Amino acid sequence: MSTATTPASVVLPTRPWKASKQDRLRNVALFLAAIVTSFVVVQATPMKGKLAYFGIYFIAYMAYTSGYQGFKRGGASAKDACVNSFVAIGAIITVIPIGSIIFTVIQKGYKGISFNLFTNDMALATPTDPLNNGGLLHAITGTLTLVSLSLVMSVPIAILTALYLTEIKGRFTKPIKFLVQAMSGVPSIVAGLFILSAVVYPITKGFSGFMASLALSILMIPTIARTSEEVLNLIPNELREAGTALGGTQWRTVAMIVLPAARSGLMTAIILGIARIAGETAPLLLLSGGGDKVNPNAFHGPIGSLPYYIWKAFNAGSPESLTRAWAGLLVLLGLVLILFTLARLLGTRRASR
Amino acid sequence: MSTISLERPVPAPRVLTTEPRFSDKVFRGVVTAGGLSSLVILGLITIFLAYRGFEVFRKEGIGFITNSGWTITTDDSGNIVESHFGLAAMLVGTILVSVIAVVIAVPVSVFSALFLNFYAPNWMKKILITVIDMMAAFPSILFGIWGFLVLMPSAEYWAKLLHHHLGFIPLFNMPAPVFTRSPFIAGIILAIMIIPIITSVSREIFSQAPLDRMQAAYALGATRWAMIKAVVIPYGRSGVIGGAMLGLGRAMGETVAVYTVLNIVFKINWDMLFGAGGNVASLIILKFGEAGPYEIKALMAAGLVLFILTLIVNGISDVIVKRTGKSGR
Repeated sequence: MSTATTPASVVLPTRPWKASKQDRLRNVALFLAAIVTSFVVVQATPMKGKLAYFGIYFIAYMAYTSGYQGFKRGGASAKDACVNSFVAIGAIITVIPIGSIIFTVIQKGYKGISFNLFTNDMALATPTDPLNNGGLLHAITGTLTLVSLSLVMSVPIAILTALYLTEIKGRFTKPIKFLVQAMSGVPSIVAGLFILSAVVYPITKGFSGFMASLALSILMIPTIARTSEEVLNLIPNELREAGTALGGTQWRTVAMIVLPAARSGLMTAIILGIARIAGETAPLLLLSGGGDKVNPNAFHGPIGSLPYYIWKAFNAGSPESLTRAWAGLLVLLGLVLILFTLARLLGTRRASR
Repeated sequence: MSTISLERPVPAPRVLTTEPRFSDKVFRGVVTAGGLSSLVILGLITIFLAYRGFEVFRKEGIGFITNSGWTITTDDSGNIVESHFGLAAMLVGTILVSVIAVVIAVPVSVFSALFLNFYAPNWMKKILITVIDMMAAFPSILFGIWGFLVLMPSAEYWAKLLHHHLGFIPLFNMPAPVFTRSPFIAGIILAIMIIPIITSVSREIFSQAPLDRMQAAYALGATRWAMIKAVVIPYGRSGVIGGAMLGLGRAMGETVAVYTVLNIVFKINWDMLFGAGGNVASLIILKFGEAGPYEIKALMAAGLVLFILTLIVNGISDVIVKRTGKSGR
């Protein structure tokens, strides 16, 4: 204690909830003891492998901490310590797959990333060719085409739905809320089958990017509508009242005040919608036709896309094609992560304002 | 001056009306039409799939649900000689796989939601929430390929352990030692896919737990777990169930990830470790490529069954989640 610098009358704040040196030492000791136990048990018994180390460590740590707490403070504390371990392991199990996925995709995908990937298409190459042959230009342009077409179709509908739920609040508010929720659970393959049965067979009789983006819109509308609804609900009612008080009609109030105020939130909603559909595979397998050439016309002829490219390369099954698939996954994952980060940034900016 | 002002006609009182202006009428009409689009789309999906699948439904009758063969024979000129379409194996497989997924995912998600709300320090909480939300946006083909190439060897080993040590429980029975591409492995992958969804629903519900009751529990000397058991779990229970149903709906409709991993066999199989299973969505992908017009109709009918199944599950989950939000406050 630095009593020399402070007068004796000043009471220094204490922090009884902070771990003392002794507590920290004890925690480290328990941690080390559990590791040693797991090592010894695995060596002494026929069990082996990472799973055994992990499992024994977990059990030992749980036993030691709850034993210590039970010894020191009684049964309730022991139970508390036991649950601590379970909760921690729940969080760890949630995070391990995501770490493993990102690690694997980067580790296996970076070998397939080269310059020609972004300048060539697969028109003159098959997935099993050496990697310097062909690329995924057609897939990237195809995915961009599909996403922009779906955006054009789904954003107006989704935002109108959100406006109905927040501004009009009419008779159908409750059923529509329910239906939007139900729509967000429509399996992607069903959306594909629907477009197949309602548009492709009776009308166009051919695959095209437009057909695929119709199906993607069905999947995108509920995501955008629900996020926009939340965003629009956050706009303070005073703004709407102010608009009305200035003599604005509801239409002017919504168009000039509410929507601009919610702009960045709506952008977040749209980006989340894009992230939802960018990697959607099943409807594309049914509807896009999966061409190998850059196809600038979305309304005619088969169109490639990243998920379709990955699917095709993965099913070809040779080492080269697998590397192609991982490289495609890396590009797709990068795209999704960039979109997601953008959405986050816009979202936090909204919250801080 | 004053005479002029006296002679000025008194303006008639303004007509007050609640009648919206023309522009507002148009606006309201357009927005309502947009709002009803979800109803229109869902209705159209049902109508079109039912219309296309009607022929198959009529021919197969209830057997479409209860039989499990899926065969079609055509002669050389492409006429159909014989056809049997039954979804029983696929429906059993769908339910088995998604129930395994939910059984694995719910405890993990509940614990990690508790961790996020009551255990994690603030900085870790922020990072983890971002990471878990991000995982919910991962494309399903990524899970499928990762599951097939990375997870499958480990999962197969876990399945062998389960069978070896717990084989006396009928659940872990196996007719033959084929561990690859089993419903168990597909269930694990689906569990990984739905953990983010259930976690974020549970986290939201738990964070709404009444603070005064939590503080009261602490003031009475409760440990953290005692507080959670007494306040948070009773408050959030039905919300967690709703989230689990939501995850179940997602797992039932999943196509690519399941198709990549699962070995699709047209025979009812309840043994989860045995490498044979099915899933309605992956049946559609499997058969779509070589299907003729009549088989396509059968696939449409299968799609309708899947659609209705997920609608029911989602509807139930929606009702349960809504009820929590109201009763707790």
